[in-house]
Amino acid sequence: MNNLSALMIFLLLFAAGSALAEDPPQSVVTEAAEELEVCSAVHLEASDTPEDAGGSVSLYWQMEIDGFEPDSLGVMRSDPSGGEELIVTLPFGTVMYTDQSADNGTEYDYWVVSYSGGTVGTSSNRAEAVPSAQWIYKGRIGMLIILFLMAAVIIYYIESGKKGRKLFIREIAGLAAVDDAVGRATEMGKPVLYIPGIMDMDDIQTIASIVILGRVARKTAEYGSSLLVPTSRSVVMSVAQEVVKEAYIQVGRPDAYNKENIQYLTDDQFGYAAGVDGIMVREKPAAIFLLGTFYAESLILAETGRSVGAIQIAGTAMPSQIPFFVAACDYTLIGEELFAASAYLSREPKLLGSLKGQDAAKLFFMILIVIGVVSATIGDFWSPLKSVAEFLRKLVTVN
Amino acid sequence: MRLIIPLAITFTAGIVMILNFFIPHQPFRFLGENLQEWYMIVASGAIFLGVMNLMHVHTRKIRLKLKNWKYSPVTIIGFLVMFVTGLIYGVTENLPFDYLFMNMVAPMGATMFSLLAFFVASAAFRAFRASNWRATLLLTSAFLVMLGQVPIGAMLWDKIPLAKVWLMSIPNVAGQRAVMIGAAMGVVSTSLRMIFGIERSWLGGAD
Repeated sequence: MNNLSALMIFLLLFAAGSALAEDPPQSVVTEAAEELEVCSAVHLEASDTPEDAGGSVSLYWQMEIDGFEPDSLGVMRSDPSGGEELIVTLPFGTVMYTDQSADNGTEYDYWVVSYSGGTVGTSSNRAEAVPSAQWIYKGRIGMLIILFLMAAVIIYYIESGKKGRKLFIREIAGLAAVDDAVGRATEMGKPVLYIPGIMDMDDIQTIASIVILGRVARKTAEYGSSLLVPTSRSVVMSVAQEVVKEAYIQVGRPDAYNKENIQYLTDDQFGYAAGVDGIMVREKPAAIFLLGTFYAESLILAETGRSVGAIQIAGTAMPSQIPFFVAACDYTLIGEELFAASAYLSREPKLLGSLKGQDAAKLFFMILIVIGVVSATIGDFWSPLKSVAEFLRKLVTVN
Repeated sequence: MRLIIPLAITFTAGIVMILNFFIPHQPFRFLGENLQEWYMIVASGAIFLGVMNLMHVHTRKIRLKLKNWKYSPVTIIGFLVMFVTGLIYGVTENLPFDYLFMNMVAPMGATMFSLLAFFVASAAFRAFRASNWRATLLLTSAFLVMLGQVPIGAMLWDKIPLAKVWLMSIPNVAGQRAVMIGAAMGVVSTSLRMIFGIERSWLGGAD
């Protein structure tokens, strides 16, 4: 009897528990959903993407804070013919999109819809935009003016050089020593090692270095000394081979050109440093040229070169590597001197004219910097000068 | 023609890239982007030239028993092992190529990099000798910067870290910017010289 009572009580409790655990009536769920809707995008803004080739509209929006998070967002677009289309589905949390498929000059209507549970939910406000192409980057007009000014100054001095006007170029010790370095290698019967940096041919310092290589190759061809050029990029190797070959032909010594002396080592930065160090230690060159773009390997190369007793001429426009070269090399071309080397070595009036033009442009910028510094400093107390400083800042800022 | 064609190509490509920088409108953007892609394609093709050169130079050394030829088999075997492993197993993580790279190539690179510390010490020893007033100035500023970097500097005098910050952020930055501005002038000048065919030494000095 007691067992029966216990069973009855258990069944009653189980039934009560089940009743409490049942889903609430449908009406209760609907009321809750009506209270909290799927949140939608708001404050949608559409505008033509600035400074582009056209066909693009930039969209920005915000999301409502209250409500259920939607599963995804759909960006809708309609054109003047009335056709509506879904252009992209984005994950929830996205607040911007660039429509790249628009036609220039067509007015489009955009809106963003929220998707939840596979159904279309609420949608944002509508925003209009007309994409168009621009003909100039407004933020680069200042740079364009500066480029024209520089080109004009350089062309003026080139013309002056061509007319025979004597142009004074200050002596650059590192470049004046090129002849001595190659001559020393010839007298000692040792090779000249030329290292064109570790970057590819799309780097302007590598291009400048290859131009100087042409000049150095002419000298080694004239003097009859061996020229070794290990490269870390295969394109640089191909270009260097052609430049050196042409230089040897120009001097009338095509027989002295040895293709194997211009070799590819590796693209790896420290692998290349190890390879060049190996060449230095084994071949013991009498002259080493380190001209181009260098990073952390600069000092490894320069110190090894020093340890083998070579005369070293280095040059780079990397400000962080210049102190290493100054400490370890006999001569260092600092920044712009690397780019001036070819003109300096050739002594051609046209090239020297371009060098003089470069110096004149530098003087112009020095004056501009001084005016800017003075204007910005005094401008805090006198507003007309502040506007001068602002103008100069705008002129030299590139966006 | 041997001179005109390369100069014409350089001029056209240079002008297109300049216009691409200032004009976003078509066709300049299209041309600018395509020229850069072409460079990537040419560079990819040139990798084979590099590999061919590497193999040619070292096999020739072995064949002719040239000076130091014994190093060449190491280079060739190293290249072939990496090449074949990558070809068979692929280059993704946790595969033999990745294992070889992480356990051989990376440590050897790190070893070379670590040598830099010793080279810096030897170069600094030479550079910091107070042989004249400029070297003495360099030595003094370097000493202040080093002292400002470590706790003992602040313990000795609390103005030393401030002196370090001033040296690094005012004279040092001014010097670096001067180099960068000068280099930028050089870049523009060199580019104009090459675009307009004034600089021709890359053609072997052809006039």
